[in-house]
Amino acid sequence: MEQQRESTTLGMWIFLVTEIMFFGGLFTAYLIYRIQYPQVWEYCSRHHMEFKLGTLNTVILLCSSLTVALSVHAIQMGQKKLTALLLFATVLMGLGFLGIKSIEYHNHYLEGSVPGAFWHMEVENPDGTHYPAPHEYQLFFYLYFVMTGLHALHVTIGVVALALIGLWAWQGKYTPEYHNPVHITGLYWHFVDLVWIFLFPLLYLIAGK
Amino acid sequence: MSEHVSHVKTYWLVWFILMVLMALTVVLSRVPMPGPLNTLIALAIAAAKATLVLLFFMHLKYESYVLSAVVFVAGLFWLLIFFGLTMVDYLSRNVLGVPGR
Repeated sequence: MEQQRESTTLGMWIFLVTEIMFFGGLFTAYLIYRIQYPQVWEYCSRHHMEFKLGTLNTVILLCSSLTVALSVHAIQMGQKKLTALLLFATVLMGLGFLGIKSIEYHNHYLEGSVPGAFWHMEVENPDGTHYPAPHEYQLFFYLYFVMTGLHALHVTIGVVALALIGLWAWQGKYTPEYHNPVHITGLYWHFVDLVWIFLFPLLYLIAGK
Repeated sequence: MSEHVSHVKTYWLVWFILMVLMALTVVLSRVPMPGPLNTLIALAIAAAKATLVLLFFMHLKYESYVLSAVVFVAGLFWLLIFFGLTMVDYLSRNVLGVPGR
């Protein structure tokens, strides 16, 4: 049992490291283009990112990380129902995150900052006049949608996994001796939180006003 | 090695510090600072938050997960090589003149 627990944890960590590499490629692309077009990044972040919604989503994810950590603790103590309730609370917060994210995506669609066929974003001059946004503005939003989209996909997978684990915990499948699935799914959820911890300042909080 | 069981209090304390750091990064991002200082501070706070999550929520601090910590640090090291060498290329372009151009 002991060895099983250690090997599943190690396996999950190896998977998470491949995930870090996966997102690492996107962060590198972000870094390269941010260095090339610093003003574009600053403009898009200031004028087209809802930093209040972003902050709210950060609060939600940090709280959901706490409930997952507490659920792992609860199952170590053998409190099966409490484990399930904490996992369900996490699922609700995950759904809340996705809801807020979809509101943001809808706003981007309305203001025309979705790259591709729907792109009709305009840039404001200091004197209040507008002109159509050049191509490099699309780059910011390409990266924004790929990075947050991939992150949202991970949140979705995490929500489904946590809901299943929560259900099985409610049925009493896990004990203080056997709770690898709770622990491993928890690690996955913390990883999702980690990615957001970096996405949030890099996309929403560029430069002061 | 038996599994480490943390105190509930530890989790709540880490969560509280995470929330404070988050508020700090939001407030500091609205303060105009010279050059890349805003970005550097934001990244430093993000790194601090990530470290807290890794050490306490993901249990890397505890001895029974030392192997997981090795895997993570190896991954992080690889990521730094990845960032480092990419930036060495991009930032050093046009530093030296290319003959014939």
